[in-house]
Amino acid sequence: MIDFEPTEEQQLIVDTVRQFASNEIRKESRDADEAGTLPASVLQQAHELGLTSNALPEAFGGGGSRSAVTGALIAEELAYGDLSIALGVLSPTLIALPVADFGSEEQKKQRLPRYTADRFLPGSLAVVEPSFRSDAFKPSTTARRDGDEYVLDGAKCLVPWQDGLEEVLVVASEGGAPQAFFVPVKAAGLTAEREKNLGLKALPTAELTLSGVRVPAAARLGGATGADVRALLNRGRVALAAAAVGVARASFELARDYAKERQTFGAPIATRQSIAFKLADMAIEIDGARLLAWEAAWLLDQGKDATREAALAKHQAQRVALEVTDGAIQVYGGHGYTREYLPELHHRNARGFATFEALSLV
Amino acid sequence: MTISFEPSDNTVKAKAFFNQVAREQMRPISRKYDEQEHEMPWEFVRFMWERGRHQGGSFEGPNDGFVQVCVQAEELCWGDAGLYLRIPSPALGGSAVAAAGTNEQKLKFLSPFRGDGEPKWGAMAITEPSAGSDAAAIQTTAQLDGDEWVLNGTKIFCTAGEGATTYPGGFVVVWATVDKSAGRGGIKSFVVPAGTPGMKLVGLEKKLGIRVSDTATLVLENCRVPRDHLLGSAEVKKASPTQQGDKGFKGAMATFDASRPIVAAMAVGVGRASLEFLKEELARQGVTIRYDAPLHERTQIERDVIDMEAELQAARLLTWRAAKMMDHGKRNNLEASMAKAKAGLAVTKITQKAVEILGPLGYSRKLLVEKWMRDAKINDIYEGTQQINQLIVARRILDYSSSLLR
Repeated sequence: MIDFEPTEEQQLIVDTVRQFASNEIRKESRDADEAGTLPASVLQQAHELGLTSNALPEAFGGGGSRSAVTGALIAEELAYGDLSIALGVLSPTLIALPVADFGSEEQKKQRLPRYTADRFLPGSLAVVEPSFRSDAFKPSTTARRDGDEYVLDGAKCLVPWQDGLEEVLVVASEGGAPQAFFVPVKAAGLTAEREKNLGLKALPTAELTLSGVRVPAAARLGGATGADVRALLNRGRVALAAAAVGVARASFELARDYAKERQTFGAPIATRQSIAFKLADMAIEIDGARLLAWEAAWLLDQGKDATREAALAKHQAQRVALEVTDGAIQVYGGHGYTREYLPELHHRNARGFATFEALSLV
Repeated sequence: MTISFEPSDNTVKAKAFFNQVAREQMRPISRKYDEQEHEMPWEFVRFMWERGRHQGGSFEGPNDGFVQVCVQAEELCWGDAGLYLRIPSPALGGSAVAAAGTNEQKLKFLSPFRGDGEPKWGAMAITEPSAGSDAAAIQTTAQLDGDEWVLNGTKIFCTAGEGATTYPGGFVVVWATVDKSAGRGGIKSFVVPAGTPGMKLVGLEKKLGIRVSDTATLVLENCRVPRDHLLGSAEVKKASPTQQGDKGFKGAMATFDASRPIVAAMAVGVGRASLEFLKEELARQGVTIRYDAPLHERTQIERDVIDMEAELQAARLLTWRAAKMMDHGKRNNLEASMAKAKAGLAVTKITQKAVEILGPLGYSRKLLVEKWMRDAKINDIYEGTQQINQLIVARRILDYSSSLLR
């Protein structure tokens, strides 16, 4: 039966996370962006909401409520607060969910309990490569089997690199197909350089160089069986689509509220059709993009291939986020261009969605 | 409740049935009736009246409710949007009776459509030469004379107006003012049965698209209907800047909340016809759409098609959401206008793009792509133009009344 109403449990999660985003995340947004750091206390507080552990298997201390739709709802609400902080909060999904989905028993035992524990532990997945040819599904980075080890060579960028990170899951081509490998941050041959980007300034990210990095054969995600990395990448696209909707919604609400306050010629600018219609279009596009993200997430929950739907959702949501955040600056006029207000921050973040891959997973 | 995109079995069956109707009964005659503008497509009309509505109706179930109605409209408009509008049914006039009528009125006007007699049509006449979306500016008058209402005025753009005025058992719901000084509070709707003296069909519009559809101009000249043909209350409430008029006007406007998702679904059907044909033609030429290709490898055609697919699906899902809210008994005024605004514009652009990408194939009247482009455009206009729906959305998201945001 077709329906668009979240379950009661999902609605409770949405309400909780929305409140957290509005009260705790939003106020840190500007300072975190300027300082280029994530507020550790917010990460820990968010961790205590149990958003990631709720999705992990009960056998490892999780809540056993895995749902990509729920993941999409959470990603939107967190990103509605602030995209950088949202991705910081959700970085554990980058290791915990792949392990839950594809990990060998040993990988699960070793890692999952650490992501259901009391202390926040960041995760990281390296997908994007520093070239305009970057292709998530066909990475240039290679993994070559050599005896009991894999040897990894290549370069990655836009890799989340938060304090306390212990290992990164690196996507590399093994015999032409993408696989993922756990690489300790201190591995020999791995260098990480902190990036400076247009947006996502608060989220520490790194450009990685892998020169003959050797990891044991057991460090391949899924062990001997390997993993369906394409499915992982689709989960990343759905998460990003949902996050883009959250960024767009935050901008839309700022623009809407500002337009009702700001007076010109004796009336709020929101009473002018040129502004009112722009806001109406924003609202329509945001809802449309959200429904596409939900559909792709729902397909994932059905265990179906969502390559097309995830691509459509991300395509639409990244366009909508860019247009809505740009529109919000326009509604604010000159104030929107200043760093005193948030529209410019959202716009810089939104510009990245076309480039981002797998910065969180559902 | 849970978020789900899985159609119920009944919806799947209805979709398959109406797709077959579209393929077998509509597509083969699509061009013929586009060329023979306004001609009654009797073979299709009889098929729908005698078989289509009964078989199609057999799938109706509680599950997807109004979404299933949207799926049906999408399939039939995938067949031909103009022919869809010629299907004998109470149509919008029926929606008005259902929304604002008493049980007696529903029985009187709607039950003949359930019988086995000759095909019948219902219609709604709102628009006038100088009153379109601004329904409160209606000039047609209704005056009570004894036990009868006397209607005078001119109505244009009345969809299915020929069917509804010409064939017995049909009716037109006419909007008229009983008190011009009361503004929208004076606007009432009246059921005028086919053949009522004083209601004349004076012309049919020649249009860009949906040419088979009988878009009528009607003149009401001392047209008398019984007193109980008024839908809703006769009481006139003087309009104030903030109130939304009386129940009669509201009831009539509420029919748009129900009809806009259907019109949006109709739009999606036309857009899908165009997009599917485009993809099939590209596939025949060896061009496939790669959804996982990185940006630098994506061709312009892939970008365009992915964009068209995302836009069409966004329109469809917004439509279904607005429809589903009705099943849940929620007010969907905002969401219905969102769906209509999105779908109307999206399919206008999608069908234009298909003509562009297909080049001479798109431009040729040998194929239907150019027709779908012409047919699609009406969805951006009727049942409230793009701009009126933006205005409604804007008022709702800003929480502004119609006097604050004009």
